[in-house]
Amino acid sequence: MSERIEVRLRELAPRVLGALVRRYGHFDACEDAVQEALLAATTQWPQSGRPDNERGWLITVASRRLTDQLRSESARRRREDVDAAMDVPFTSRAPDPADDARWGDRDDTLTLLFLCCHPILSAPSQLALTLRAVGGLTTAEIAAAFLVPETTVGQRISRAKQSIRAASAPFALPPEDEREERLRVVLHVLYLIFNEGYATSSGPHVQRADLTAEAIRLARQLHRLVPGHGEVAGLLALMLLTDAHRPARTGPDGALVPLAEQNRALWDAGLTAEGVALITKSLAETPVGPYQLQAAIAAVHNEAASAEETDWPQILALYDLLERITANPMVALNRAVAVAEVHGPAAALDVIARLEGDERISTHHRLDAARGHFLEMAGDRPAARDAFRRAARRTTSIPEQGYLEGRAARLRPG
Amino acid sequence: MKYMLLIYGNERLWSSFSQDDFQTVVAETDAHNTALARSGELVGAYGVGDQVLAKQVHIDNGVPLVTDGPYIETKEYLASFTIVDVESLDRALEIAAANPFARVGQVEVRPLMHEAAVDV
Repeated sequence: MSERIEVRLRELAPRVLGALVRRYGHFDACEDAVQEALLAATTQWPQSGRPDNERGWLITVASRRLTDQLRSESARRRREDVDAAMDVPFTSRAPDPADDARWGDRDDTLTLLFLCCHPILSAPSQLALTLRAVGGLTTAEIAAAFLVPETTVGQRISRAKQSIRAASAPFALPPEDEREERLRVVLHVLYLIFNEGYATSSGPHVQRADLTAEAIRLARQLHRLVPGHGEVAGLLALMLLTDAHRPARTGPDGALVPLAEQNRALWDAGLTAEGVALITKSLAETPVGPYQLQAAIAAVHNEAASAEETDWPQILALYDLLERITANPMVALNRAVAVAEVHGPAAALDVIARLEGDERISTHHRLDAARGHFLEMAGDRPAARDAFRRAARRTTSIPEQGYLEGRAARLRPG
Repeated sequence: MKYMLLIYGNERLWSSFSQDDFQTVVAETDAHNTALARSGELVGAYGVGDQVLAKQVHIDNGVPLVTDGPYIETKEYLASFTIVDVESLDRALEIAAANPFARVGQVEVRPLMHEAAVDV
């Protein structure tokens, strides 16, 4: 029963925040007030029962906290100044929680997403603020999810809200000519949240909010709000297709299992089916962007019943397209894996050699790991072993280090 | 992402400080750490006891053996370490550069290993 309250509160959080900001402005103060109202609901509803109009209840409590806060902040100011700062004079009767017509029930989630992903904010601030204001997670939950101290997250959110206030960012959708670029930032933030959840999900930390589920939930909302947008659909498809692997990613001892070695019977067929349908539809309808291409590649992987049946030529063709539209050296590295499968390891090693001149990736452990993999394919065991050992020294991930040392150990002479 | 900032000392360096210099560095380091605590980036800052206080513990034939002194007699020894939790290596380097000791010696910066499946 208490879990359903938690889920309901997360759904309601952005709607309550949107209603308040639309009425009063002061995004930063509203966000604090909504947090307090959510906390009040968490403690009171289990005891006194859930109100008939939950959203109205939260709006009432939050707006009371907000007006208290604004009044105490301007204690020296005259009462009229405080009233002028708010759209509705405080002398009128308290808002009727059941009065949805006055408060409106427009879905402000999209506006909130744009605001929380404002380009002046740093990426960690965008992530934290999005998870708080749109995702409805508490500061503690966000801190636990990212494995950082709670004070750090609190600081990031405070500073983020101050920056938004200083920039006088309006509570409205960005102007038409900026919207596409701003949407790209929103997609990137959701992608980072998903990645963070996916990367840490194999660790021993079980008490954390599920960031991958949260990212998927937010991406679904965005897809509903911006239908027919190729990259939005593409990102959601990519998340679903990637998350499908989760049951097979870790071995019984907690070690990482790479894609080629995963037990595909454990892959989530429902997520795969949904992701494949989504990307197929999206590719047919709209011009193609990087998330769609990555989703298409994931779909080809997920549709192969075994690693050996993977359609590598199709994957290579998709990577060729992806490399043309992004300048990301990691893409080039992933493409090299497909090159090895289609044209052999020597061709892949040529790609690696070219990447060594790229500062962004030349010292990255994945470059050495890929080199080791291709050298092993080519039969040069001693060189492969050296490359895996170098990669193992360069990574800071303990599971990854274990995996790379294991690859090196398999190539020990004798 | 967590990093460890390490400061090594040696006799020559320590004895080149006057008492005033030393107090100044202590005061500046306190201020530096307070700022880091306020920003939420400080996990902990620790001064390490002098080598004369060091003990070595080893099990020899099932019996604990305790000896005095450091593991290796070297001219350089660990004097203090700080753990920070920051957004990037660049920020860790920025913090190291702001450490008062960086003006007179080296501050070593090392990432801490973590349980995430990939480098985050």
